[in-house]
Amino acid sequence: MNLLETIRIGLRGVGANKLRSGLTVLGILIGVAAVIVLVAVGNGSSQAVTSSIEQLGTNTLTVRHGAFGPGGDGGRTQFKDLTVDDAIALADDVLAPDVKSASPVVSAQAACTYEGTSYSTSITGTWPSYFEASNLRLASGTYFTNDDVTSSRRSVVLGQTVVDELFGTVDPVGKEIVCEGTPFTVLGTLEEKGSSGFQDSDDVIIAPLTTVQGHLTGYSSLDTVLVQAVSGSAVETAESEVYSILDDRHGTTDTASRDYQVLNQASLLSTVEDTNQVFTVLLGAVAAISLLVGGIGITNIMLVTVTERTREIGIRKAIGASKAAIMGQFLVEATVLSIIGGVAGVAVALVVTQFQIAGVTPVIMPISVVGAFAVSVALGLFFGSYPANRAASLRPIEALRHE
Amino acid sequence: MVPVIALRAITKSYGFGETTVHALRGVDLTVERGDYLAIMGHSGSGKSTLMNIIGALDGATTGQYELDGIHIDSLDESALSIVRNRKIGFIFQSFNLIPRTTALANVELPLLYRGVGRKERRDRAAAALASVGLSDRTAHQPNELSGGQQQRVAVARALVAEPSLLLADEPTGNLDSHATSDVLDLMDAMHAEGRTIVMITHEDEVADRADRVITLVDGEISAERWNRR
Repeated sequence: MNLLETIRIGLRGVGANKLRSGLTVLGILIGVAAVIVLVAVGNGSSQAVTSSIEQLGTNTLTVRHGAFGPGGDGGRTQFKDLTVDDAIALADDVLAPDVKSASPVVSAQAACTYEGTSYSTSITGTWPSYFEASNLRLASGTYFTNDDVTSSRRSVVLGQTVVDELFGTVDPVGKEIVCEGTPFTVLGTLEEKGSSGFQDSDDVIIAPLTTVQGHLTGYSSLDTVLVQAVSGSAVETAESEVYSILDDRHGTTDTASRDYQVLNQASLLSTVEDTNQVFTVLLGAVAAISLLVGGIGITNIMLVTVTERTREIGIRKAIGASKAAIMGQFLVEATVLSIIGGVAGVAVALVVTQFQIAGVTPVIMPISVVGAFAVSVALGLFFGSYPANRAASLRPIEALRHE
Repeated sequence: MVPVIALRAITKSYGFGETTVHALRGVDLTVERGDYLAIMGHSGSGKSTLMNIIGALDGATTGQYELDGIHIDSLDESALSIVRNRKIGFIFQSFNLIPRTTALANVELPLLYRGVGRKERRDRAAAALASVGLSDRTAHQPNELSGGQQQRVAVARALVAEPSLLLADEPTGNLDSHATSDVLDLMDAMHAEGRTIVMITHEDEVADRADRVITLVDGEISAERWNRR
């Protein structure tokens, strides 16, 4: 009685009741597929967020206007504005040797039209150094220059989404669009950066700071200053330089009552990655429970099978089947069910993950495929062993008498 | 020569204390090689219990049982399964073929559990089916066969492993008269080949086919006769 024969008998048992076998397989299939797909979704959303943060540049700091810390406004009655002079001070080579550039940023929502097509988006007013700091590359045309900023020229650079919405297939370079009543000349378009999953980073119009201030936002406080460090490893020291310069300029006496906040993209990235990992683990755990339920389904169906085939077991024992042979037969049946379920589950998961799920492009983790499959096989052995043992322990005389 | 069956002072009781039921009250029986023995008795006489003990499906409460010189009483479960496989061929009243399994595969089973290779198994099973006249039914499943055909498959299955003893428990109990005579003719033919047969029955005309008939009453052998022919 070798293994091959045992497997053959087990397979015949699986085939003998196709509907029941199919339903049991379905339980395992759903469990395996759920584990792989949900982990892939968690992983995919994590990668999307990570890459969108990386697109902003991990060697940048964002200085935001206003108080955000737990100290609130610290009893202050007035915030000092974040000004262009602050940005100039931050780029000081002596006081801030680790800061490569500091770009003041203001933004406004604006409805823009081109030949009757209208599209509402956000206009960012900044300096040319912003393009490098934000990792924005040109697809066509040119950036605006420092000269455009000082002269407040009405020139803009468009993100790809804005190009698609306003121009379709027409080349926008050199054309004129009208935003909130003001005409702008399109200097260039940006390379597509792709959707981050939550925010379309191509849905932007970038214009000289002075122009946006003059026509749209007015000359109040800047929204942010984008600070670029000289390298990724200099971000930490650049951060402390930014603090010391701005504390000095804003007369901050107590770090809890700062009227600005510095966001470090690198630390944000690690926070987001941690959060996403928890998210992925939770999704995986939910799916693992469904896999467990599938395993219990195997036990259930095998118990039914053993009861239903008590007489057959008796006949086999009378003919001379050993305890091991009967045990093997039912274990193989359970394992075959779980292997079929596992393989089908992997196949279904591979198909499902080709599609976007809830706006997230799933990214399969190979470990989840191997793991889910291995667990499903182990489930078959584990959950099949109790019914198999029960079958093998039946006394032939009683089993034969069973109707 | 060692007898095929040697039962000495076999008793079997169920339950304890006052509710104890004595199914067998001391049976002595010897069956020589080539014998054709019929065991008769009414229901409750203990003949099924005796058959289970002879078939190594159940153990005696006291007494000794040697099958082909092997002391059955002292064997554990796994050794018993080997004994059943090699020494005994069962034929049951209700045929007891494995459902949804072809006649050929059913007949192959004893050889399968013995570890005989696929090719040899197939050949020997086909030969056994041919010997019971079912060469053309090898691929049929039990529910596609008549009762008589099913019992002939069961006979083939009992024969295929060349056991020392054929043990038939009311083999014709579920058959019509035509199929009954078919199966009994088969048993006669096997007897003529020199096989040892023990058959349980409650029908006189079936028992008449055997050489030797014992009658059980209340767990004891009450009568024994030899049929001369």
